[in-house]
Order: sequence, then C-alpha cells, then structure tokens
Amino acid sequence: MTIAPEEQQTQVPEGHVKLTIDGQEVIAPEGELVIRTAERIGTVIPRFCDHPLLDPAGACRQCLVEVEVNGRAMPKPQASCTIAVADGMVVQTQKSSEVANKAQEGVMELLLINHPLDCPICDKGGECPLQNQAMAHGRATSRFVDTKRTFPKPLSISSQVLLDRERCVQCQRCTRFSEQIAGDPFIEMLERGPSQQVGTAETSDIVDSASHTSAGEPFQSYFSGNTIQICPVGALTSAEYRFRSRPFDLVSAPSVCEHCAAGCAQRTDFRRGKVMRRLAGEDPEVNEEWDCDKGRFAFRYAAARDRIRKPLVRDSGDGVLREASWTEALRVTSEALLGARAGAGVGVLSGGRLTVEDAYAYAKFARVALGTNDIDFRARAHSDEELEFLTGRVLGTSPGSAVSYADIEKAPAVLCVAFEPEEESPIVFLRLRKSARDRGTRVFHIGQWATPAVRKTFGELLTCAPGAEAAVLDGIAEHASDLDEALRTDGALVLVGERAAEVPGLFAAVDSLVRRTGARAAWVPRRAGERGSLDAGAAPTLLPGGIRYDDERARNELESLWGLEGGALPARRGRDTAGMLAAAARGELDALVVGGVDPDDLPDPEGALRALRAAGFVLSIEMRPSPVTELADVVLPIAPADEKSGSYLNWEGRSRGFEVTLAGTGALPDCRLLDTLAVEMDVDLFTQTPAAAAADLAKVCELRGSTATGQPVEAGSSARRELGTGQVWLATWRELIDNASLQVDEPYLAGTARRAVLRLSPATAQRFGIERGKPASVHTELGTLTLPAELTDMPDDVVWVPARSPVSVRSALGAGHGAAVGLAAASTEGDRG
Amino acid sequence: MGMFDPIKGFGVTFSTMFKKVVTEQYPEEFHPTAPRYRARHQLNRHPDGLEKCVGCELCAWACPADAIFVEGGDNTEEERYSPGERYGKDYQINYLRCIGCGLCVEACPTRSLTMINFYELADDDRRKLIYTKEDLMAPLLPGMEEPPHPMRLGDDEQDYYTYGPELERDRSGKDEEALQ
Repeated sequence: MTIAPEEQQTQVPEGHVKLTIDGQEVIAPEGELVIRTAERIGTVIPRFCDHPLLDPAGACRQCLVEVEVNGRAMPKPQASCTIAVADGMVVQTQKSSEVANKAQEGVMELLLINHPLDCPICDKGGECPLQNQAMAHGRATSRFVDTKRTFPKPLSISSQVLLDRERCVQCQRCTRFSEQIAGDPFIEMLERGPSQQVGTAETSDIVDSASHTSAGEPFQSYFSGNTIQICPVGALTSAEYRFRSRPFDLVSAPSVCEHCAAGCAQRTDFRRGKVMRRLAGEDPEVNEEWDCDKGRFAFRYAAARDRIRKPLVRDSGDGVLREASWTEALRVTSEALLGARAGAGVGVLSGGRLTVEDAYAYAKFARVALGTNDIDFRARAHSDEELEFLTGRVLGTSPGSAVSYADIEKAPAVLCVAFEPEEESPIVFLRLRKSARDRGTRVFHIGQWATPAVRKTFGELLTCAPGAEAAVLDGIAEHASDLDEALRTDGALVLVGERAAEVPGLFAAVDSLVRRTGARAAWVPRRAGERGSLDAGAAPTLLPGGIRYDDERARNELESLWGLEGGALPARRGRDTAGMLAAAARGELDALVVGGVDPDDLPDPEGALRALRAAGFVLSIEMRPSPVTELADVVLPIAPADEKSGSYLNWEGRSRGFEVTLAGTGALPDCRLLDTLAVEMDVDLFTQTPAAAAADLAKVCELRGSTATGQPVEAGSSARRELGTGQVWLATWRELIDNASLQVDEPYLAGTARRAVLRLSPATAQRFGIERGKPASVHTELGTLTLPAELTDMPDDVVWVPARSPVSVRSALGAGHGAAVGLAAASTEGDRG
Repeated sequence: MGMFDPIKGFGVTFSTMFKKVVTEQYPEEFHPTAPRYRARHQLNRHPDGLEKCVGCELCAWACPADAIFVEGGDNTEEERYSPGERYGKDYQINYLRCIGCGLCVEACPTRSLTMINFYELADDDRRKLIYTKEDLMAPLLPGMEEPPHPMRLGDDEQDYYTYGPELERDRSGKDEEALQ
C-alpha cells in the first residue's frame, strides 16, 4: 500500500503525496515526517531527539539526510525528523548518499566529544541508543584529544531521578515530555552554546532569574519516571534502579499495572526471582508509552520483609497467631465458616484490588459455599445510589460500547465530577491534557480548588462546597449555559470519580444530566479491581454476569449452570460493606471474610474494628500484616500480582490480561485458595486456576450478556446538615502518592509526594486566625488532624486535606468528604504532620 | 615367536630404570607453574587498597559459560570501596562452570579482573567452588588499606585512572628503596 507498484502511473490517494526515498517511490500522508516515511519502507535513520509522541524538535541533528524538492537540492543535509514529506521530494538517506552518511558520522563524533567514557558504570549501558549507534555508525577512534567538559555528578533532581549532565546530548526529550505530555515543566534547558545543559531551578548555578523556569522547585512530577525511560543516553537515571543490574541479567515479562484502574501495559524486569524495575509498556489504545511514577516505582511491597508467606492460625490456648500448615488452617477455617453459615451468616469484604478471576471466585464462594449475598468489593465510602448507577450505566460496558481513552481524545468537552484525574487515574489525566492541548477539548472540573490538574488540562473550574456537587450539576442548565451547551455537543463526556459516592444525590444528578444533555458518562474508580469486581458479581445486589439478585429466572439458570439444586442461591438482597460491618458489630453476622481491606479506607474505621472484634470468626486473606491481621482468627497468604496470572478490567471495561511474572514462588492466587477452601467445605467452585475461573465466568456471562440496565438512578437521602459554630465543610480526596499499603518500602517514590497541607481560603483563615504555613487543625469528636495551612483560592467555610497523607482522614476524624468539621489554629509546637 | 622376545619386552623397563624420573609427586610435592600461567581469577586493588572493580558486569556479559555473577553498588562518601560512583557489591565466580577462557579478563575495563597462578580448583562441595568476593580479592600489600575508606591518591576517579600506573611505580620504587 505504501510501496508504489511498478507501473509508471500510481494513484496517489487524497491527502497523500508521492516522494522518492533512496530511489524508491513512496506514497505518504501529507504532513508525515520524512523519518517515519523512511521507517515504513524499512530504512531506519538514526535519531535521538525524535519521539513519535512528542512534538518535533530537531535538537540532536543525528537524522540528517539529503533532500531535493522541486528538482532543487537543498544546500545542506536536513534533519529528517522535522521535515514533512512533499510531493516530488527526493530523499537520500545514509544508505544511498555519502553526504548524508558523512554528516551523520560527523554529528555522532561531535556528540561523543563531551560524552564521558562512562559506559561501564552507567545504568543505560547495554540498552543505550547512543552506545548502539556509536557502535553502528560511529568512528572506531576519537580524534578529540582535549579535555572533556565535566560537571559534578550525579545530581539528584528529585528523589527518583538522577541527572548526569556530562552524558546529556541535549536532545530535549525529557524537557519536551515534561512540558508537553505531563505539563510539569520543572526541568528545562539552561544556558546556551557549549554550556547548554538540562537542569532544574535548583541545579542552575548561575544567578540569572531569566533562566530559571520554575520557582526553585525540584523535579516534582508524577510522571518523572518516563523521562528516565525516554532518555536516549544515561543522563537521567533512576535512583531506585541505580546499579541494580544490567539489561542482559534481566528477564522481561509483559505485565499490567495493579495500582489503579487505568490498566497500563507495563514491562516487569526481574533478576533471580526479584523484580528489579518496571517500565511503561506500549499500548496505543490505553497508556500509549507512558505510565505514572506509582506504577513504575511501587513494586517492592511484594518483597516486603513482613509479607505473610505461611497460613497463620490463632492458637486457642494463648490467643496468639502462629504459623500453621495449610491443612490445619483450611480445616479450622472451613469448620468455622460452616458453623457461621448455619448460624447468623458470613459477610465477605473482598476489597478493590482483585483480578476479575479472583473477584469471580469470591462472588461464587459467597453464593455457593456461604449461601449469602453479603459480599461487597467497595472498601471505601459507598452508597446504594452508587450501586444503582453502576448497575444502570457501568455494568458490562466495554470500550466498544461505552467511553474509552480514544473517546476522551476526541471529545469536544469533558466534565470531571468528584474526580481528580491526576491523583486518581493519571493516564486519564494525560489523555485529558493531550486532547485539551492538541484538539482544544474543553475540560471542566467540579471541585473545591484549582488543583494542578485543572491548570494542566487547561480546565475550567466550577467551585462548590464539598457535598454540594449534586446541586451544581442540577444548576448547570440555569447557571452555566456554556457548559450545558458544550455537553450537548456530540461526543461530550462526563467522568465520575469514586468520591461521588460520598455525596448523596450526585449519581442521580449525573444520571439526569446525561439524560438531559446526551453526553456520555463514565465511572473512573481508583482501584484496579473495582470494575472487574462489579462485573464478576462481588456486589450485594449483583451476581456474576450482571444477574440481579431478585431476577428469579436468571438465578435459576445460574443455578443449573453451576450445578446447584433449584433455589440454592440466596434470594435476599445482600448487605453492603457498611451494612455487613454494622451487622457484625450487632452480632447479626457470625463470621467475616476480609480480602485485603485496610480498615482505614472504610467509611468508619473505628466501627470496622469493632465489627471485627465482635465477629465470632474473622478470616483475613492477606499478603502483608494489617490492622485486620491482629483481629483475625485465621490469616491465609495470597500471591501478589507479579506471582499470579489473571486480568483486570480497567475503567473502560477493557480486559487487561497478564501472565505470571515470577513463576514457582508457591504463592496462591485468591481463586485457587477459595477453591481449595470450598472443597474443604464440600463445595466445588471450579476456580482452581485463573484460566478455569475465567472460563467459568465466561459461561455465566453468556446467560444474560451482562449489560447495564440503563435504569434511572434515584437520589439517596440528602438531608444536609447546617454548619455549627466554628465548623467548616471538609473536602478530601486521595493523592497518588500517599501512605497506601502498596507503597511501602519506597523511599524514592515517597520523595515526590505532594507536601501535605491543609487548604483554606484567605477569608476563612482570617476568620479562624490561621496563618499561612502555620499549623492548623481540623477536629471532630473522634480526633484531630493537624497540618500546615496553605491559603488557596476556594470557597469560604471549606477546608481541604489530603485523605491519606500522612494519616488517614477517616481514621483520624471518622469523617469524609462533605462532612462538617471543626477548624482551629493549632499551637506552633504541635506536630506538623 | 623368538626365544628372546619375552626378555626384549623388559628392555624398555630396564633402560628407563636408570633415567631421571619425570613423575611429579603432586599433591605431595607442589611444583609452581610458569609465572604467566593463568588460572584462578583475582580482583585487584588500587595502590591505596580501594577496589578496582566497578561492578560493571562486563565480565559476566563476556562469559561464555555464565559463570560470573556481579551486582553493582553505590559508593557514598561515608562508605567508599572504589574510586568513582560504582563498586562491585557482590562478585561470584562459579568454578564448576568456568572454562578458563579469559574473556572476562579481556572485557574488564579497569584491569580489575586478572588471573593468577593458583590452579587448585577442585573440591567435593559445590558451594566451596563458588568463589565470592572475599575469596577473589587480591591480598592487601604494604601501603594498602582495607576498604571502605576515602580516596587517598586523588580527588576523583580520573586521578586514579590517569595517574594510577605512575603512582603504582612511585610506590613500588619507594618499596624497593625501603628494601635496600
């Protein structure tokens, strides 16, 4: 198609041009860069600065070729990464032109003049484009005899990224990435001429404010790891991976990120059974070639020293957890669960990090082995309204039938409701920025203050008090006619985040908004397993395959498919997470099965711990000790994502399958563990392996086709309380890098977390006598949280704190987004968090 | 068959009986190899005792038998094992695998890895044949100091690589003077 057939007259399609590269006629779309056209016909022109996802720069000059336009040769070789194809253009690359070849060799020689002979100690050695091209295209010896330019090295420009300016070839990939893709231009080209260097405001040693690009901040970006990966030399290296291994030591396995619902393709490199590093994988439809620092750097939790590797059983004598054999642990568990099933019942909290297969095993285990619908994957604030919305609009959707990354890129307008894209789903944020930057997509945010994401998506912010988001949505037609109009255009989107569950009436408002305007809604949860758990039926009102608990015919079909007697499946509506914990605390549940849930994430951590204490038997299925472990009667260890196979459903509903990375560790995936436990209870789940579970789930999905019902969502009770004296509304949400349990043992990652501050408006600060930078505290009857105050342009009588950095707002205050809390200036001696 | 044939056969025996014996009574009697004979590896040191190995793993890369395992480490000002940024934190050669080809020595960019005469590489325990860094490090000569310690011969690694041979010569010259 691109290579012209042999006839003289070739049809050139509309919008295409015909040119000649190395004597070969090529048809290329208008505007394509010569370097890519050449690549398509198999001629690789060497390059450093060129990157398909970044704007052309022509910075390294390595891709010089001879170009002839309209029969006239250009006087000098041209950089093929900046020149677009033209009709009748004649290009001669290094393959056919001695001039181009010599020019490329010359550029290589110049690039190497100041490049240190560091390869043996450089982390890029062995996978370095400069090294490879110097070997392939460079001269064998150097004619340069003078002293090389040197810089102090390595400079740490953030806790994750180390800069070595001697090795830099000034290709500007890192600076262009930071400015164009991430929108964090903390890193910039400084100085001119031979002293030109990459740096941050901190590394610049000249006192010329004009060359300072940022206000003295280090390279604090959530995406800084990508600059390490795209650096074509070893100028930017990873502090975490420093000197850990060489490319030839590593075994690479494709993997999928388990940290959030974005579903990034990744590459995991391991050596001798230990993960050494993770890189962004390539998937143009999902994460393109990028990932966030959390996905890249947070993987050591699986190798944490305190990981539970053997079953633990609480000794009946001294009440201490002791290591036990699998046989004993499973026997104790099955006896207790069978007893509880016959008694008041068992509740299952399956957590939001499960693969689809594991979630299905939990769902089936609850229904078949425990005979209950009391199962909920939502280990966070939740509501019935949310569940209705998910059943009505989210269940069973896939990129083909609902919103996808591609739709974000094409959308004329996107409204983010109770959703912080950069903190909660960084790849969605990158797409929003890309579409806003390249296509002028209008991005609207409903929130409390102009977060960095608002600025970086060129967004418009509609501020409101926390908890009043629903009212804002309802008032759009009246008060924000331009937004209303934008949402009526074809392809407009509404993205809803997990925080929406904390605002009564918000899901109903979103539902009626999209009905009214015709915009499409998508739910972007934070955790990787939430979407899959919904479709796999780990929810109180939904069985696997989107079957409602009260749909008797479908239930009967499922019974026969699962080989159960008629009426074996529970018909009673299940309790949600809060309902189960409350029931357990009241003694209405005899046992709880808890799969990787941190009580601090739950709406009421105190109540959760009370419920765990009150429950007769607690089974914790965990990887590392948590507050649940201390209260569990049996702890069963399971495999982290690296040690099992499976698939996640990302927020689009796209299946992200992955294989085992570290084989033979002996750690069991949840589905295998539950299958074995069920066998002990005389029930067959047929989920021995993730593949078996997936096949079983596929059969269930065929029954009803697992589709969203499209039913309208009814607003939950929204009795708003009034503010008391000395009270303000609390706004809070999770940040990307905080004290989450999958981010333990990651000092380098933690170094780029945003500074924990308490934000409030200047007027509110004045009213409460709080000064900027001085500690301020929010308090409820349960406790106090003190952080340094930061004055922000936001509504009055509102205070914002990060939800889990440094401590969980839920456990400190027992309150969440939209609650009324007390505010006061804290004494200076108080801890600054 | 002739009459003297059985005795003829002893001719060799008798004539050899009076020649000089070439049999070596190894291992009871140890004979040194030629001085340039290359057998076991050694990790050399700079004249002040710092390690020459930078943990670059080129030896492991070059090894056709996959006998070498290296893990790099990061030098700090407080804990320095070699000049420069990087040192070999873990270094192992598996002599059950090593074929003695010497490609690792050729690959070594700092002349850290060389081979010495010691050839007695046989044992009945696998673990004893995996030589670790402690086994392979060259002994401390006079004037050397066991790392970690700061760089004594210059301000940075360039001084070590550029003037290392000179310093070495100076030092050995001094040693000879001292001996005389």
